[in-house]
Amino acid sequence: MRKFLSAFVVFWLIWSVLSGFRMQDVLIGAVVSLVLSFVVSRYLSFSFDFRIFYKVFLFIVIYIPVFLYRMVLANLDMARRVLSPSIPLNPGFVKVKTKIKSKTGKLTLANSITLTPGTMSVEVDEETIYVHWVDVQGEEKEEYSKEISGSFENILGGIFR
Amino acid sequence: MTIIGYFFLLVGASFYALGGLGMFRMPDVFNRLQAGTKATTLGTISLLFGVGMLHPEWMLKILLIIVFLTITNPVSSSTLARSAYLAKVKTKTKKDDLKLLLNGDDDDD
Repeated sequence: MRKFLSAFVVFWLIWSVLSGFRMQDVLIGAVVSLVLSFVVSRYLSFSFDFRIFYKVFLFIVIYIPVFLYRMVLANLDMARRVLSPSIPLNPGFVKVKTKIKSKTGKLTLANSITLTPGTMSVEVDEETIYVHWVDVQGEEKEEYSKEISGSFENILGGIFR
Repeated sequence: MTIIGYFFLLVGASFYALGGLGMFRMPDVFNRLQAGTKATTLGTISLLFGVGMLHPEWMLKILLIIVFLTITNPVSSSTLARSAYLAKVKTKTKKDDLKLLLNGDDDDD
């Protein structure tokens, strides 16, 4: 039931944003989302309750600015590597431990790792993320984790748990 | 408003150009994917945001597109990298922790 309601809210919001907020569009959207969420809700793996507002607020205020800053840094870093005459590379695959349990949280963490400087997540496991790193620094696993996912791990751990 | 919009369009286009150059210059498939993913994601976000500045009535839809893009683009690149690894594409990597997992004897050091 909770999955059904979550799917309904999400579908209705997306429909309304895409088609406009006139009366007939919103009504048709309600009907379509009802049918659609009835069909797909058993295959979904996410659901939420009223705490979602608080979480979304935290997400926008804390996570998004850090993420955008790191993403611009990532692109400047990549531009520096691409434009320098001898491409400075020291690539390798490393392991990063994560404490985040929920699937959405792990997806967000892996996506954040992909879009931050020099790293790209390749494979996600129960509690490990395997990362391709353009420029491997340090030797120990703790150093990797701190360097790659430290700030995001803290922020997302507070939001998703 | 118009000037800011065109500025974002310019920034997005230059990130696209850098991404294309990166695809051309990088040595192996994983590094190419890295350059491609980062450049296309930020380039597309910047381009769409510039378009939203030029046409403010589209802004809400554009924000929705940006959200979907930011979720799906890294997932696709991760899938490509994973399948390239499973297909044993030649790499120039020196350190490889992933081998343990895929050979099935993960000794969890």
